[in-house]
Amino acid sequence: MNFMPVLRKEIMEQWRTRRLLIVAAVLVLFGLGSPLLAKLTPEMLRSIPDLPPGLADIIPTPTLADAVAQYVKNLSQFGILLAVLLSMGTVTQEKERGTAAMLLAHPLPRFSFLLAKFAALGLVFALSLAVGALGCWYYTLLLFEALPWGGFLALNALMLVVFIVYIAVTLLASTLARTQAAAAGLAFSGLVLVAGVGSLPRLAEFSPGQLFTWGSQLALGGTESSWPAFWISLSLVALSLAAAWLIFRRQEL
Amino acid sequence: MIRTEALRKHYSAVHALDGLQLHVEPGVIYGFLGPNGAGKTTALRILAGLARATSGTASVAGVDLVTGGRLLSRQVGFLPEEPAFYPWMTPVEFLDYLGRLHRLPAPRRLSRVKELLAIVNLAEVAKRRIGGFSRGMRQRLGMAAALVHEPQVLLLDEPVSALDPSGRKEVLDLIESLAGTCTILMSSHILADVERVCSVVGIIARGRMLVQSPRAALMERYARPIIEAEGEDPAAMQRWAESLRGHDWVSQVSTQEALVRITVRDMTRARREWILSAAAQGLSLRRCEELRPSLEDVFLSLVENGASTIPAEAAR
Repeated sequence: MNFMPVLRKEIMEQWRTRRLLIVAAVLVLFGLGSPLLAKLTPEMLRSIPDLPPGLADIIPTPTLADAVAQYVKNLSQFGILLAVLLSMGTVTQEKERGTAAMLLAHPLPRFSFLLAKFAALGLVFALSLAVGALGCWYYTLLLFEALPWGGFLALNALMLVVFIVYIAVTLLASTLARTQAAAAGLAFSGLVLVAGVGSLPRLAEFSPGQLFTWGSQLALGGTESSWPAFWISLSLVALSLAAAWLIFRRQEL
Repeated sequence: MIRTEALRKHYSAVHALDGLQLHVEPGVIYGFLGPNGAGKTTALRILAGLARATSGTASVAGVDLVTGGRLLSRQVGFLPEEPAFYPWMTPVEFLDYLGRLHRLPAPRRLSRVKELLAIVNLAEVAKRRIGGFSRGMRQRLGMAAALVHEPQVLLLDEPVSALDPSGRKEVLDLIESLAGTCTILMSSHILADVERVCSVVGIIARGRMLVQSPRAALMERYARPIIEAEGEDPAAMQRWAESLRGHDWVSQVSTQEALVRITVRDMTRARREWILSAAAQGLSLRRCEELRPSLEDVFLSLVENGASTIPAEAAR
């Protein structure tokens, strides 16, 4: 299957092109910044000069839940954006530049070519999220109290699943498109579609976005679950990868 | 070693290949000649397994292109017209990566990479980023990449077209040095390069093989000798050229000012008769000589006349 050599190259590329560093830096920034922002926002509001009398009293005191909510909010926006931005050129760029033709004339199955890209991007997000989560946990401990380890770990694992969904969908867009601009257009259309479906009342509980809600609850010691959203997310990943492979194996380079 | 039968490739209404018959014997350097858009690159991409034929059959080193799959890529080395690389990689890393794809054991990989970099004259820049390489350096690295697994068949798409004279010489020397070690199919529209390194030539136009033959036999069969004469009076030379057109030993006559170029059908008669004809016209000649026809003359005459003038057996 020749998967390991191409995965090795993909990981090397993520490191050399500093993509790993960029993702890690952004996720660490939001990991550290989220509890800080949750802690300081009410204080900043209170310090506004000429605040109407009585308003300062109704500004709530920040809690652990605010820190978690801020963390999830930031990562659900910027994490997804990064996942799309980093994945959209992966296949189109290789087709445009000619590196795909150069490599696929050698014994490299097209499925391995795609899977290695997906795996490397997943790994980049897993590592970056791990570091960002560690930062978030530590700052939350300093500013609020200790988050339950198990629940917080589950929250991050579920967020990683959502990122992986977007990576897989964007990889499919990148395989379908002939140019990077077209891939970007397709990927963002997919993003809007998934977000749109997630906002529909009856479908929301099945959408990948539901994993953020489930994870937030788990991080704060909740016990409710959203397994349908989890399985649908994994199915979306599998379907996107299978579709990407079926399309890519027919494409001429 | 390479065989295509009635190979067709259609892109909507465009027939990039229109029943291509290509037969390349083992061990030869085959010059695949044709004007731009003749179908050379399409044929090579199909043979490299990067594109699919609309119909017809093809095999390379005994591997069927439809059913061969990965076996094909182990037998074939392919150099695209513009080889592309990852700019962040070094030549050593890129060749090592390809060696890993071919599952060369680590010691063999290491020695092969070193050996190839020396062959293509890139040993000194082995650890520099490819992003800063010139076109010639990329082309040579592309050659090394195509050779990493010591393929039986090497497919080279316009390997020297974009290179400067010294870069061209280096790559052609390299191709020449590979003679006998593998079968090479090299597409080009630069006739001098093909004439220099290729032992067999195939000429393709509009997706069809016009003729393929050992170069010497091709020249003998299709290259008509030329007599070139330069006179003093352009008008007299033009009149003489007109009078020559009726003779059956003359194939073609072209004129440019006081220069007349006679493409000859029968050289023995021509040597006897042209001088008599010139004398009968009372011409005063500055210079006259017999020219050795080049592959370019053959190519132009075949491509301009089209497939209809080529005997069927010649195209096989």
